Amino acid sequence: MQFDWMQIPYSLLTLFIVLNYGMLLNALIAKIAARVGRRHGIPIWQNYADLLKNYGIRSSITHGVMFYLGPVFRLAGGVGLLLFVPTIFGSEMFSNLSFAGDLILALYFVFFGTLGMALGAGESGHPHAAIGVSRGLSQVTTAELPFALAVFAVALQYQTLSVTDIVAAQQGGFLNWTLFTNPFAVAAAMLGFLGSMMRPPFDVVLAPQEIPIGPPTEYHSSYLALMQTNRMIFPIAKIVVYMNLFFGGAASWPVFFIKVFFIYMVSVLVGVVFPRFHVEQSVRWFLVWAVPFGIIAVLMV
Amino acid sequence: MKPELEKRIVKGPDGFEFEVDPIRDYFCETPPTVMTAAYSAIIEKLFNWARAESIWILGFGTGCGAIEMRPLMTPRFDAYRYGVQWRPTPRQSNLFIISGYLSVKTLKRVIRSYEQMQNPKYVVGLGSCTINGGMYWDSYNTIKRLDDYLPVDLYIAGCMPRPEALLAGIVELKKIIRAGKAEGANIYAEKFEWYKANQKRVIHDWDMPDYNW
Repeated sequence: MQFDWMQIPYSLLTLFIVLNYGMLLNALIAKIAARVGRRHGIPIWQNYADLLKNYGIRSSITHGVMFYLGPVFRLAGGVGLLLFVPTIFGSEMFSNLSFAGDLILALYFVFFGTLGMALGAGESGHPHAAIGVSRGLSQVTTAELPFALAVFAVALQYQTLSVTDIVAAQQGGFLNWTLFTNPFAVAAAMLGFLGSMMRPPFDVVLAPQEIPIGPPTEYHSSYLALMQTNRMIFPIAKIVVYMNLFFGGAASWPVFFIKVFFIYMVSVLVGVVFPRFHVEQSVRWFLVWAVPFGIIAVLMV
Repeated sequence: MKPELEKRIVKGPDGFEFEVDPIRDYFCETPPTVMTAAYSAIIEKLFNWARAESIWILGFGTGCGAIEMRPLMTPRFDAYRYGVQWRPTPRQSNLFIISGYLSVKTLKRVIRSYEQMQNPKYVVGLGSCTINGGMYWDSYNTIKRLDDYLPVDLYIAGCMPRPEALLAGIVELKKIIRAGKAEGANIYAEKFEWYKANQKRVIHDWDMPDYNW
């Protein structure tokens, strides 16, 4: 991996674009979901107001060091995932800090924030937070299984662990996308994707409508604002990984915006149609429906 | 004092014995402090705009008015348009809607929840019972003037006010917040002794610290 100091401001620019895109996209998605429920929905700038408000809250309390670090880990997971994966294929500016083995690092970062949250929420001492974390971890772990299998299948298929090389192998028409060259891997990964997007039917862990809001029960003011910032970045960062691995990556920002929107819409469409699963139901669902696809994908390659 | 709140010796899982004083160990007893605007006027204006546009209501219904809050989430009224949403935990909420009559028993919980909310926080009294007791004015176990126990930013009169009235009240509250006049949390901190004395006058089984967050 060759390193150039110029990569740092470029990466920050990527982060800035993705953060703002995430803010607007999440509001748009909330509006779409509201329209399905025949509501008008939130204003498109709502996320900015929420974020500013939480940063502007004057008092905050702490429960200890890990309570501080939980949201920081969470944000680091989202930002790290974004920064170590090429955002725009072939662009020197927006390849970020990607390197030869970044796929493994990306897999790690997907999980990193959740673990940080587990430690932070555990220290808050609230029983709902502890319940939420254990439920969340079990669900995310099973959702991660098919995704990990799909990633192995893709890495075997292209004989590389570099996301850039995987994208490069998919260029030249959409029939070269992993979606068509290895449909089973994509099926497994997309089913896992539903589970990790924090949308229905798999959002029982931290849905505000459930009695325990889950891990963030005790989080407030700037802590919560950090987590909200991550909430804007992380889904996009995750979709970037999916887009690169399975949907041919993006060669320019417009293509990036469109592809990310449509991949996000997969989980939204599923979410507005199906009611929430219990955690044990979703664990079973992932193991029964998603994991076999992943195994088939690995075997086929 | 309830037995579970008394000092006792607890044996840990590793066989180590230590003393637990629940009131001191599980709660923070520091009284609230006045927290004035910390930034320059222009930033504070921006924050006030954000506070007004992002009102998170604590999902806590005290009386019959709670049933008037729920329709606001439905397509018919859709309060989300105004940046209003409901949070299940007091830590994340800014607005406490005292919906209707408040019995002394509930007042205790209301105080605990209110104190766990972070500054700035707002209180709206919904219905006549929060203003002067309303139809419960001679009841033996409801409070009459909410303002004696918590700093109220806005009252919505009626018995019961319709959801439209609540929505109009929220819009009115937004104007107050944007003007920087919704400083209930600071008033509470300033007149803390007075509020506590009032609260203790009606709550006879006071078995919690004076300030619990």
